[in-house]
Amino acid sequence: MRVGVVTFPGTLDDRDAARAVRAGGSEAIELWHGDADLKNVDAVILPGGFSYGDYLRCGAISRFAPVMTSIIEQANKGMPLLGICNGFQVLCESHLLPGALTRNSDLHFLCKDQVISIENTNTTWTSSFSKGQEILIPLKNGEGSFQCDDATLASLEGEGRIIARYVGENPNGSRNLIAGITNTRGNVVGLMPHPEHAIDTLTGPSADGLGFFTSILNAMVK
Amino acid sequence: MAKIVVDVMLKPEILDPQGNAVASALPRLGFTFATSVRQGKRFEIEVAGEPTPAQLAEVEKAAEVLLSNPVIENYVVRVEK
Repeated sequence: MRVGVVTFPGTLDDRDAARAVRAGGSEAIELWHGDADLKNVDAVILPGGFSYGDYLRCGAISRFAPVMTSIIEQANKGMPLLGICNGFQVLCESHLLPGALTRNSDLHFLCKDQVISIENTNTTWTSSFSKGQEILIPLKNGEGSFQCDDATLASLEGEGRIIARYVGENPNGSRNLIAGITNTRGNVVGLMPHPEHAIDTLTGPSADGLGFFTSILNAMVK
Repeated sequence: MAKIVVDVMLKPEILDPQGNAVASALPRLGFTFATSVRQGKRFEIEVAGEPTPAQLAEVEKAAEVLLSNPVIENYVVRVEK
């Protein structure tokens, strides 16, 4: 299976994301922000970093990159799409996911290993996990506080669209401890912490993140 | 040459950690007037001549699509003489 990994100017985690894709058993395909051609990929990952220097708002400029036009079109047809950290911010700015990521409540840039619990295992990206499973993966961001209005929060909760929550103290002020959400269809997932940095114990705090990259194969086999 | 100003502010219900940090720094410097501070963005857009209604409508559109994120922010467009 071919999984595209997008590089924007300022993207940091594309190499690790591609490595995680390969570790999960798929082929990683490099996609360039300025090229609308998705090279026949079956799924796309928007990795972390500071695309376009986070100018204006995180993800606000990236949303209009040529590659995003194709990605938004395909995601609306059901193509699996995972946004990690800055990728999550791009998904919210693109309105593929509701809400917005704002400045951490304590203003500090965070970089720590974080326990999250997987709440929804029915999405394309979380099917390898069991419901309620706690995993340890890195969290590193300056603007990771998930915010949305009360009606959106109620629908996310009611429809089981919160895919992961922070366990323990709220690290960044996110509403209802939200670490990740999905769209109604379950093909688009945004996640603030970084599973691609936790695919083996040599380079990460655990191998817990690998599940996101093996889940995609389950979805395709079905 | 006229200047079109777009002010973008976080909606009142959205937490503003930067504004809060400024609000708590003020009294440390002896400024005790503030009960609350909100921080926003200001865009100054220059156009040739007096802005036309069509140009202002375009700026409104740009403010909605790019300059602000309507999920968390409000904006106001005005012409500065």
